[in-house]
Amino acid sequence: MLKVPYVTGYLTERFADDDFATLEGYERAGGYRAARKALTEMAPADVIELVKGSGLQGRGGAGFSAGLKWSFMPTDTDQPKYLVCNADESEPGSFKDRILLERGAHQMLEGILIAAWATGAEKTFIYIRGEYAHPARELQRCVDEAYAKRYLGENVMGTGFRHDVVVTRGAGAYICGEETGLLESLEGKKGQPRKKPPFPAQYGAFGMPTTVNNVETFSHVPHIVERGADWFRGIGTEKSPGNTVFGVSGHVERPGLYELPLGTRLDEIIFEHAGGVPNGRKVKGVIPGGMSMPILPAGQLDVPMANEALRERKTMLGTGGIMVMDDTTCMVRVACVITYFFRDESCGQCTQCREGTGWLNKIVNRIERGAGEPEDLAILVDIAGKMEGQTICAFADAAAWPVQGLMRHFRADFEAHIEHKKCPFSESFAL
Amino acid sequence: MISEQARARIDEAISKLPARRGALLPALHIVQEELGHISPETARELGELFEIHPVEVMEVVSFYNMFYAEPQSRHHVYVCTNLPCSLRGARVLYEQLEAHLEVDENGNTADGRIHLGHEECLGACAYAPMMRVDDRYCEDLDLDKAKRALEELE
Ligand SMILES: Cc1cc2nc3c(=O)[nH]c(=O)nc-3n(C[C@H](O)[C@H](O)[C@H](O)COP(=O)(O)O)c2cc1C
Ligand code: SF4
Repeated sequence: MLKVPYVTGYLTERFADDDFATLEGYERAGGYRAARKALTEMAPADVIELVKGSGLQGRGGAGFSAGLKWSFMPTDTDQPKYLVCNADESEPGSFKDRILLERGAHQMLEGILIAAWATGAEKTFIYIRGEYAHPARELQRCVDEAYAKRYLGENVMGTGFRHDVVVTRGAGAYICGEETGLLESLEGKKGQPRKKPPFPAQYGAFGMPTTVNNVETFSHVPHIVERGADWFRGIGTEKSPGNTVFGVSGHVERPGLYELPLGTRLDEIIFEHAGGVPNGRKVKGVIPGGMSMPILPAGQLDVPMANEALRERKTMLGTGGIMVMDDTTCMVRVACVITYFFRDESCGQCTQCREGTGWLNKIVNRIERGAGEPEDLAILVDIAGKMEGQTICAFADAAAWPVQGLMRHFRADFEAHIEHKKCPFSESFAL
Repeated sequence: MISEQARARIDEAISKLPARRGALLPALHIVQEELGHISPETARELGELFEIHPVEVMEVVSFYNMFYAEPQSRHHVYVCTNLPCSLRGARVLYEQLEAHLEVDENGNTADGRIHLGHEECLGACAYAPMMRVDDRYCEDLDLDKAKRALEELE
């Protein structure tokens, strides 16, 4: 049974209520009012302006302005236009979309409907990771309910607007979360990312103009339409408005989800909300935004969880998946786990990525075993540097960043392994 | 042979998409649910249905972790061993389950009941350690709880 967030806000405050997961219950709570307002009282361009003005940033990892992305959709085309909802959630440490799908599918569908109106999209493909079988069933149930009530299909809410939603399941490949890998997969192919440009707004799903947004991004939209851009901008920071659903895992008393404003301090989330580190231990390091994001050491947790502040510390918000590691943790083992993942999941198209991820993994494994050489550290940094900005998609960067972060803040752990020719952390997690 | 029922479900999936080929992943899910894996024979049938070479079907099968080209044990059990789960004992649990189930070097029990493997992050990081049993998540595990969940499997 999935637990609802420990701290809730406008996105998740009704998630404990089973009624909210049904269309009727969602409507009783005010649901679909925003969609009706958008479709009957607002021109598509006004909706885009509103969302632009709200400052809503994508919640799938890159933090791009949602309204701006919608405005890239061509308005002077005869081609069908599509939306894609990215529900592939596979970034290690991230588990927020799962509950937004399981308990808030109507909220997300309402956001999709509003985005469809704004961009003139006739169809939305919701691509949900294959392992999320239960959330997929819940989602399909809600889609069926919406069709039955004429909130989807022909003549939505009597407005003459038509919108269809198709739920498709992935089949276990991290790279299908990258938006063009996703598009390939949607077309029934291997999920190998496309070269850009052309961007999805020109050439997206099945070659048609397409906008891709994350599950959570869509879920904010009804609230913005209902309460306005100023309300939204009143939450969070000036540059990063709104709440987000942080996922906290690893060495904390209360691992779980916390819906909080962007800009909430990382140490507040870990110590006040998640109850701090168990067994009287201290924090050693924290990955603040899913496994692709560089780690922060214990001394740098006084940082607001918003990109403008995190970037100053050479890391990013990513998906808001916070992984906490206590002072028994061997950072070389952490590097082994991280590099294994990226080696395993590289789609293999680009040499720097295919080879680089393998080399990184081989070298950190060697160091962990006690067989590392002093020059290995420079080699690691060099390989990671050469993987950045060279490849078809950002996966290679995402594989390089965590290694760079570990080398920046925990070089001493690596050096100790090399010097003593073994792992000095007997208490750390097993490999 | 792909059954009539599976065929009907595949046709429905095709009808919802702008291009026939888009329904290949849904079709693979549907067929595998029935037959357990994608055999060369099934790949040939799907190739005909989607107007592509069977080799192309198998390329897609091998790209995705959840599709199988070989016959499988009756149940799949995957322990997540990614970082958040490892920090909370997943790798220890995985080894204990290997010993408990006495799996062979491929992770299979001798009676063909269970395949045990490890998987990357499954989106259950706060409920670690956890495992996926077929399409069900078992979370907040310890060894006893995991054993009980496995006993229920036929
Ligand atoms: C390797 C890689 C994996 C990604 N995985 C996901 C994912 O699982 N879910 C997601 O929403 N975005 C993921 N993204 C980001 C998407 O490419 C895309 O930016 C996002 O879906 C856009 O939605 P947003 O603007 O609403 O955030 C991934 C990106 C990369 C490079
Ligand atoms: S960077 Fe890696 S994952 Fe991305 S396209 Fe290149 S090889 Fe594939």
